[in-house]
Amino acid sequence: MTDLPTSTTKKLGLVIDLDICVGCHACVINCKEWNTSNYGAPLSDIDAYGSNPVGTFLNRIHTYEVKSDDKLAQTVHFPKSCLHCEDAPCVTVCPTGASYKRSEDGIVLVNESDCIGCGLCAWACPYGARELDAAEGVMKKCTLCVDRIYNENLPEIDREPACVRTCPANARHFGDFADPESDVSRMSAARGGMQLMPQQDTKPVNRYLPPRPKADIQTDGDIDILAPFLEPVAETPKGLLGWLDKALEAL
Amino acid sequence: MHPAASVIIFTSLSGLGFGLMFFLGLGKPDVSGGSAFVFFCIAYALAVGGLLASTFHLGNPQRAMKAFSQWRTSWLSREGVVAVAALLAMGVYAALLIFVGIRVAPLGWLGSALSITAVYCTSMIYGQLKTVPRWNMTTTPILFLLYALSGGALLAAQLPFALLLLAILTLVQILSWMLGDLSFALAGHNIETATGLGHLGKVRLLESPHSGENYLTREMVHVIGRKHSFKLRVIAALCLGVIPVVLLGLFQINHLSALLIIALHVIGLFTSRWLFFAEAEHVVGLYYDKR
Ligand code: SF4
Ligand code: SF4
Ligand code: SF4
Repeated sequence: MTDLPTSTTKKLGLVIDLDICVGCHACVINCKEWNTSNYGAPLSDIDAYGSNPVGTFLNRIHTYEVKSDDKLAQTVHFPKSCLHCEDAPCVTVCPTGASYKRSEDGIVLVNESDCIGCGLCAWACPYGARELDAAEGVMKKCTLCVDRIYNENLPEIDREPACVRTCPANARHFGDFADPESDVSRMSAARGGMQLMPQQDTKPVNRYLPPRPKADIQTDGDIDILAPFLEPVAETPKGLLGWLDKALEAL
Repeated sequence: MHPAASVIIFTSLSGLGFGLMFFLGLGKPDVSGGSAFVFFCIAYALAVGGLLASTFHLGNPQRAMKAFSQWRTSWLSREGVVAVAALLAMGVYAALLIFVGIRVAPLGWLGSALSITAVYCTSMIYGQLKTVPRWNMTTTPILFLLYALSGGALLAAQLPFALLLLAILTLVQILSWMLGDLSFALAGHNIETATGLGHLGKVRLLESPHSGENYLTREMVHVIGRKHSFKLRVIAALCLGVIPVVLLGLFQINHLSALLIIALHVIGLFTSRWLFFAEAEHVVGLYYDKR
């Protein structure tokens, strides 16, 4: 049923640290690899070697430039996957009941054998977290790697989402936001974790940690704090160089 | 949003069909026998044709029956349920009227109520979407209902009604274009609020996730074709309402001119429905630095 659970026992989700993400796209690749070879329809690529390739991805990295008048521009890499919203509009619009939110852990999933591929849930998601697979005609979205996190066939260290496991910079973290003592809850509290587009009233579970303020060491027109130690030793050339300099000036 | 032919045909034709059914259910025009047969055939062809067109954009249309199950939360599901109920009620009403020659008025009223409710449900599939500010306005259901009623009145040859409804429709359509132009800004979304990075400065997209397109950009970040939108609005307003109102108001209408007015109205309807989709901007476009 596409009624949303009034509350969920756990609120599993991700913390994504915008200060740390280096934009390497490793999580994009590992997400695609895991989710194309495990639960559900594979994530197809259409015209993969042609002139206009398109493919299904559950996680995509945007890269932004942020510039304020008085500072140098700053680059922010911005991973985006499903935020497993508490008030998920993608679930309630679904006509078939294929989209649902689990009451035990809050994960938002699609039952692919019920999905008619109408695309309305993707229209209802503000974040672009759902993509209709062009080959299968069913809606694909981040499963929070539900087939990893509870998977007892995997070594314990691997029982976390593929994107979290693979991130070489440790920019993605997985945990339970219903538990105020969990790592993700504490991290989010300490760093002012934000919800994306709160005006949309979706109550996302995932939190984004904003970039830390950059150290601003370029005040007063100094080129560098080390500049005083790098004063030129000789102001005017002497000797052969001095003669050359003068001779060339005279030409 | 991508103005897909299937959804334009679906919303336009089913609106016209259910609009005509609304009047037939009320006994306007008071037809029976052969002429009732013709009227109901037109209404069914439009309504059913529109509903069938809507299945063309489904990824897995063979499971379409499942879409009747979630009427408690989903406007799309409600639309399916109510549309089928309307077609059934009107079917019985029409059969009794055409073949037995009796008019079961309450059944007709029920059919009319269901027909107009189906149009309302269709409008709310779009009107409910907070992600598309231009659609998420009260004018969306009002417009859809006015389109169905005025088109229905035209097809049902209820000319005084048609004249009045077309005039109101044209005004509301122009007003909602103007309000729609403000809607995105009023909803308070821009790339800074979408990324939550506004406190650091102006934000622009440096690199998109992939060099090519994707489902999201094709479906929801449709920017081509908007440059002619003003001209298209003028054409739509003239065809759907202004010229028909003038013709209806000033001239004696015969069969041929009625057909001309209907044709003009339908051209206007399709043009404005194309604009309804093509001009709608989804908030996800902000992440792609496009609208
Ligand atoms: S991010 Fe989008 S797809 Fe995921 S739960 Fe929220 S609205 Fe639904
Ligand atoms: S695409 Fe599938 S999951 Fe999404 S709303 Fe339609 S039927 Fe439901
Ligand atoms: S949790 Fe799994 S499915 Fe979701 S973005 Fe990460 S790797 Fe992809």
